[in-house]
Parts: sequence; structure tokens; C-alpha cells
Amino acid sequence: MKRHFYKIFSVLIILYTLVWGLLNPIPRLDILNETIRNVYYHVPIWFAMLFMMFLSCVQSVISLSKNNLENDTKALNAAIVGFFFSLPGLFTGCMWAKYTWGTWWTFQDPKLNGVAISILIYLAYFILRASIDDELKRARISAVYNVFAFVMMNVFIMVLPRLTDSLHPGNGGNPAFGKYDLDSNMRMVFYPAVIGWILFSYWLFEIKNRISSIKNKLHD
Amino acid sequence: MLRALIKKEFLLEFRQKSTLGGVLVYVIGTVFISALCFKARLDKPTWNALFWVITLFTSVTISGKSFLKETGGQALFNYLYYSPRQFIIAKILYNMIFMLALSGVTFFFYAFFIGNEVQNLTLFFIVLILASTGLAGILSLMSAISSKAGGNFALMSILSFPVLMPLILVIIRLSKQAVDGIEWAGVNLDFIVILTALNVLTMALSFLLFPYLWRD
Repeated sequence: MKRHFYKIFSVLIILYTLVWGLLNPIPRLDILNETIRNVYYHVPIWFAMLFMMFLSCVQSVISLSKNNLENDTKALNAAIVGFFFSLPGLFTGCMWAKYTWGTWWTFQDPKLNGVAISILIYLAYFILRASIDDELKRARISAVYNVFAFVMMNVFIMVLPRLTDSLHPGNGGNPAFGKYDLDSNMRMVFYPAVIGWILFSYWLFEIKNRISSIKNKLHD
Repeated sequence: MLRALIKKEFLLEFRQKSTLGGVLVYVIGTVFISALCFKARLDKPTWNALFWVITLFTSVTISGKSFLKETGGQALFNYLYYSPRQFIIAKILYNMIFMLALSGVTFFFYAFFIGNEVQNLTLFFIVLILASTGLAGILSLMSAISSKAGGNFALMSILSFPVLMPLILVIIRLSKQAVDGIEWAGVNLDFIVILTALNVLTMALSFLLFPYLWRD
């Protein structure tokens, strides 16, 4: 039961944030208005994705240092789950952009470019894995690429957007949640949502791992 | 040891005159095609972007084959004779010198066919040096990865384009300042610092990660 506690917990939190996120009182800001509620869905999903990518990088480092195939599978599974989370993150972002910026996508924003590149990086990682047959060799080579790619992705989405103005709320003088940090109503939903989605992504990761190990046993 | 390795790289390159000539023809051909496609005089942002796109594609193509030579007996010899760290440093240095020369040649023909828009040449050459260092740092490792993974050319581009993007974006911003001819006092030094930091970061990563690709 203890093992399953975090799963139930994550589902309950996500349900709470989905419902209360639509109902709770919010500050009225220019441009954003009601769309500020997207901060409960869009941002936590990105955090869950980044958490999974980080986990994948850590697993790759372990698999490199221990020469362990199990960690390599875990790195792949974490990357798949992270990739899976990038899609709703992108979708909620596009929806929001349509109603506030008036367009689904813009190349003016460094964060959007960063996300597009991150998706390409992980697609490249999957293609690289698919093109090597030998298991041990695949583990080593893809781990090297994964670590390198994770660092470059962080340069892209953490460092570069801070150099130039972004259209995102909180950057370049746009109104944002951050400026109204004292709004405890929003905090009450935002922080639980982050925790909930991260736990939920970890649950998916565990399920993927179990599927892989069952497949492995069937294969042997 | 390091010097011997770099010398070996250059010897191999110059011994095969066809590859070196091939690279030159590749660069001239690309620049000439771009010149024919545009025909009109380019405005500054387009000039800048086109130059770096050409350089990017050339360097990916050129460095893609930088580990392909190391197969079979040659690979075994390298493995027994050199340490991986020495080997990757030699590769990066060699690629850096080669790419610097190559981007210089590209710039020459680009200026010849399309016209020279650069106002601040000193800054532009600083950008060229920093850019070829960064490209060499990333592409040497990517080339090693793709050659270990079977070595087809498409894989090299798939792997390296996304990870090159942060570097290229900073390079283009900095190079734009050189093209616009901003006075030295107005040049945004932040970009030079960031580009240098990126170069150090990518080289350190290549240096740390390459030994894992080494054994087979």
C-alpha cells in the first residue's frame, strides 16, 4: 500500500488542480485575464517534462559509469515519458498563445524555439538508438549523446531566453504570475499542480519500466 | 604526442588531394548557387544568415567524415597507441584549424560572388575563430557518435543540427553586430563571453564523454 500511496496522491492532487484551477479567484491582469489559469496546466507539465529529461540524463550517467543495461532502459523510458509530456505542454502553450498573442506559434520567442529544438533533440536520440543493433554498444553511444544533448537543451531553454526579451509572461515587462507572487490563491493551485504532475510522470515512468522488464523476460 | 596526432591528421588530409579539392569545390559551388539564386544585392540580416547557414552545412558535411577514416586496423592502432583524451583533443584542434580555414575560404568566395557587407572586420574574424572552435568542439563528438553508429551521413545531420542550434543563434547575433559595423564601445560583449563559455562547456563535455565511445 505504501508503494502505491504516491500514485493515489498524484491523481487526487491533479484532480483538485483541474477543478479548483478553473474555479478559484484570480487577479485580473491586462491581456492575460482568464487565460492566466493556464499557469496551472501548462507550466507544471513542462516541469514534469524537465524532471523526466533530468532523470533520463542521470540514468544515462549511471549506465555509463556502471556499464549497466538496466539503467540504459530506464534512461530510454524516462526520455519517452518526458517526450510524451512535451506534447500536451506544447498544445496548452499553443492554445494559450492563440488567445493572448493572436497566433499559434511565433519565432520571436526564444522559449518556443527552445522547445522545438528540445523535441528535435529527443527525436534524434530515439533515431540514434534505433540505428544501432548491438545492445551494449547502443547503451554506451546513446548515453553519451543523451548527456550531451541534455546539457545543450538546458543551455537553450534556461540560459539563452534570459539574454533576449521573451514574449512570455514575466519576461520583457509582460505581466505574470511571478510579479503577483503574493497572490496566495494562485499559489494554492500552482505548487500542488507541479508536485502532482511530477509524481504522475514518475508513475508513468515506473509503468514503462515494468513493461520493459516483462518484455525482457519474455524475450529471454 | 599531441603534435604527432595533429600532424597525422593534416598529412592524411593533404595526401588525399581529392578530398581537399572536393571540399573547396563544395564550398565554391554552394556559394555560387546561393549567389545565382538571390542575384540581387542582399540586405544585412539575410547576408549574415545565409553566410552562417552555408558555413553550418559545410562544417557538418566536412566533419561528418572526420572519424570515418578510423576503421578496422587504423582504429585498432589508435586504440593501442593513443589515449582517448589525447585523441579527442587532437581531433578538436585539427577540426578547429580546418574549419577556421574553411570558413575563411567561404567568406572570401562569399564576398567575391555576393559582396562584402561586413563593416567591422576585426570583430567578424573574432566571431569566425570562436565559431570554428565551437563547431569543432561539438561536431568532433557528434562525428564520433555517428561513425560508431554505422556512419551514414543523415544520422550526422540529425544528431548535430539540434545540439548546434544554441551555438549558431549566439554566433548569428554576434556576427550581426560585426556586419552592422557597430563601434567597439557599442558591441555587446555579453555575446562574446557567452560564446566563449559555450565553447569551454562543449569542449569539456566532449573531453569527458569521448573515452566512453573509445572502446569497442
